[in-house]
Amino acid sequence: MLTPRYGRLDLKAGRVEMTHGAGGRAMAQLIGEIFRPALANEFLSQGNDQAIVPLPAGGRLAMTTDGYVVSPLFFPGGDIGSLAVHGTINDLAMAGATPLYLTANFVIEEGFALADLARIATSMGAAAREAGVPVVAGDTKVVERGKADGLYISTAGVGVVPSGLDLSGDRARPGDAILLSGAIGDHGVAIMSSRENLTFETAVLSDSAALHGLVAAMVAAAGPHLKLMRDPTRGGLAATLNEIARQSSVGLQIEEAAIPVRPQVAAACELLGLDPLNVANEGKLVAVVEPQAAEPLLAAMRAHPLGRDAVRIGTVTRDDQHFVQMTTAFGGKRIVDWLAGEQLPRIC
Amino acid sequence: MKYVDEYRDGALARAVASAIRAEADPARTYRFMEFCGGHTHAIARYGLEDLLPANVRMIHGPGCPVCVLPVSRVDAAIRLASQPGVTLATYGDLMRVPGSKGMSLQKAKAVGADIRMVYSTLDALRIAEQEPGREVVFFAIGFETTTPPTAVALRMAETKRLGNFSVFCNHVMTPAAMRAILTTPDGVPLDGFVGPAHVSTVIGTAPYAFCAAEFGRPVVIAGFEPLDVMQAVLMLVRQVNAGRCAVENQYARAVTPEGNRKAQALVAELFELRDAFEWRGLGVLPNSALKLRPSFARFDAEARFGVETLTAADNPACDCGAILRGMKRPPDCRLFGRTCTPENPIGACMVSSEGACAAHWTYGRFREPVRAVPIEGVLP
Ligand code: SF4
Repeated sequence: MLTPRYGRLDLKAGRVEMTHGAGGRAMAQLIGEIFRPALANEFLSQGNDQAIVPLPAGGRLAMTTDGYVVSPLFFPGGDIGSLAVHGTINDLAMAGATPLYLTANFVIEEGFALADLARIATSMGAAAREAGVPVVAGDTKVVERGKADGLYISTAGVGVVPSGLDLSGDRARPGDAILLSGAIGDHGVAIMSSRENLTFETAVLSDSAALHGLVAAMVAAAGPHLKLMRDPTRGGLAATLNEIARQSSVGLQIEEAAIPVRPQVAAACELLGLDPLNVANEGKLVAVVEPQAAEPLLAAMRAHPLGRDAVRIGTVTRDDQHFVQMTTAFGGKRIVDWLAGEQLPRIC
Repeated sequence: MKYVDEYRDGALARAVASAIRAEADPARTYRFMEFCGGHTHAIARYGLEDLLPANVRMIHGPGCPVCVLPVSRVDAAIRLASQPGVTLATYGDLMRVPGSKGMSLQKAKAVGADIRMVYSTLDALRIAEQEPGREVVFFAIGFETTTPPTAVALRMAETKRLGNFSVFCNHVMTPAAMRAILTTPDGVPLDGFVGPAHVSTVIGTAPYAFCAAEFGRPVVIAGFEPLDVMQAVLMLVRQVNAGRCAVENQYARAVTPEGNRKAQALVAELFELRDAFEWRGLGVLPNSALKLRPSFARFDAEARFGVETLTAADNPACDCGAILRGMKRPPDCRLFGRTCTPENPIGACMVSSEGACAAHWTYGRFREPVRAVPIEGVLP
């Protein structure tokens, strides 16, 4: 088996590089060799985007935290404020939890325009109200000019998990169906289009959205047949599918022709030399479900506005190497891999 | 978008594939080199190998600009970037290319060198305009396709009288590399080339005439969509079967025999041939690269900062050289997928998204037989 011997981190002389934060294998290595051993506990070691912890009085609590360092702060279809609300709600929702409360921590660079700060706070409040998940506590820090890139937001969220529901990245089994809630790549392309001053024929809006409503409908439709859910954010669909394959020790077989990509997104990716499978999403989810419940679940997803374009994209397989394999639109086969390093446009 | 869809039509590709199967003579083998990394990438990404009969074999060529840049030039760029006051502007792919002693631009950046990723020569020019206190050096690499944009940036820098902009020129030329492949003693046996379309939009098809005339190898210039590649293979099979040997143009939608005269004139005005230039894998090749003309010396980072390119050896265990000459396939390298992966590249072919090793690792490694004992990875 072609199993790479990933060199261990050089803890004496090594430095943090940009790839350590890019959502690919390098980041997994950083977490695996520094944070996981240092903070070791049974919850962290599950490697999910949230932890489900027991409450002393019974029942289970879902907890998560996330930092937002997006550049630019405002992008077509959203801004860092609404993104921080949606992203944290979604991390809770992927465990099937009902999100209840959020907290927010702002690190602001000296000189940041108050008008922008007010706009971001307003958008954050609007997103929280619309989702029905209030921001109940906060913290504000200002750092000297040059010590932060405008504004960073960290959020934490808590929610409760309905009894009897057990969704986790390690539950996919051969034969299960893989579903996707809609077209991929919108968020990443929206961000890149505003960052690189590229003008596309049609503006692509971020898909940033809170998914807990869709998730509630899915849980109602599939109940215990639902095995896991995950939102393909940074690293895109490719990273999410690889995480599932690793955590569950299975292979995944997907069909390129089944994966929806908007024509504008495909065109922008083409222009930038990117693969839509690696591009970030902020309002999509992947679900793995027992095959007999796949059709009813798809129907329930399509009945919800955020799952209107839901499709079945493939099947979980037995594969010792835990590959995500794809049949291309051409009928050939290829691997869908994690992105190495950062997503880069090509040279020629 | 329609434009792209047409060239990714799966049904059409299967029709071309069955034509190739029908016309390829089962009694012989066809070995075609796709010169360019863009083709290598398309073949791997769309799984085209699965569509070709077993006796039609594609061989990777040296046409990935990142891969053919030798260690010595990477080292020189790192030294340049480490000079006080210098900002090095570079394409993203170059960041991770290993220099000597495990150094790379990315590592140099993490320890404080001012290295910025840009998407075009004009981004680099913009940095120079906005930060007059810094010496901005654009790390220029690539084949004939990327040379005109570098020339345009130089022209603009001249017009704007930018005193703090210069170019570290590493532009190389396709025909010289093809000649090197064809003249390597004990070189890989080849029945023809799939030629790079983007290069030919600039230089035209005429510069490849020598392949057919002197070496008897057909060339079909092809676009980078998967269907383009399939059509080019069919055209090559037909030439070989007919005993013909010509330069043909599959990419007639953009390529003409004479190319883009205006771009050629601009390049000729600003650049001249280097007597010799080192290529990774191919060694030192005469008349194979460009440098700035003496009249543009003030924009030439090599003259301006006294860059010396010291020869530095490739990692001895790395087979990049053989892979760039088409002598070996990526899995033939002992390091492939073991110590050398895109996260921890030992050679340049694993860095660039168009490099042969990266393409095979990223898209095709499921084809390799199980061959090593699994070792616990660091991943969850
Ligand atoms: S696997 Fe790595 S070391 Fe071996 S030839 Fe490819 S790039 Fe070079």
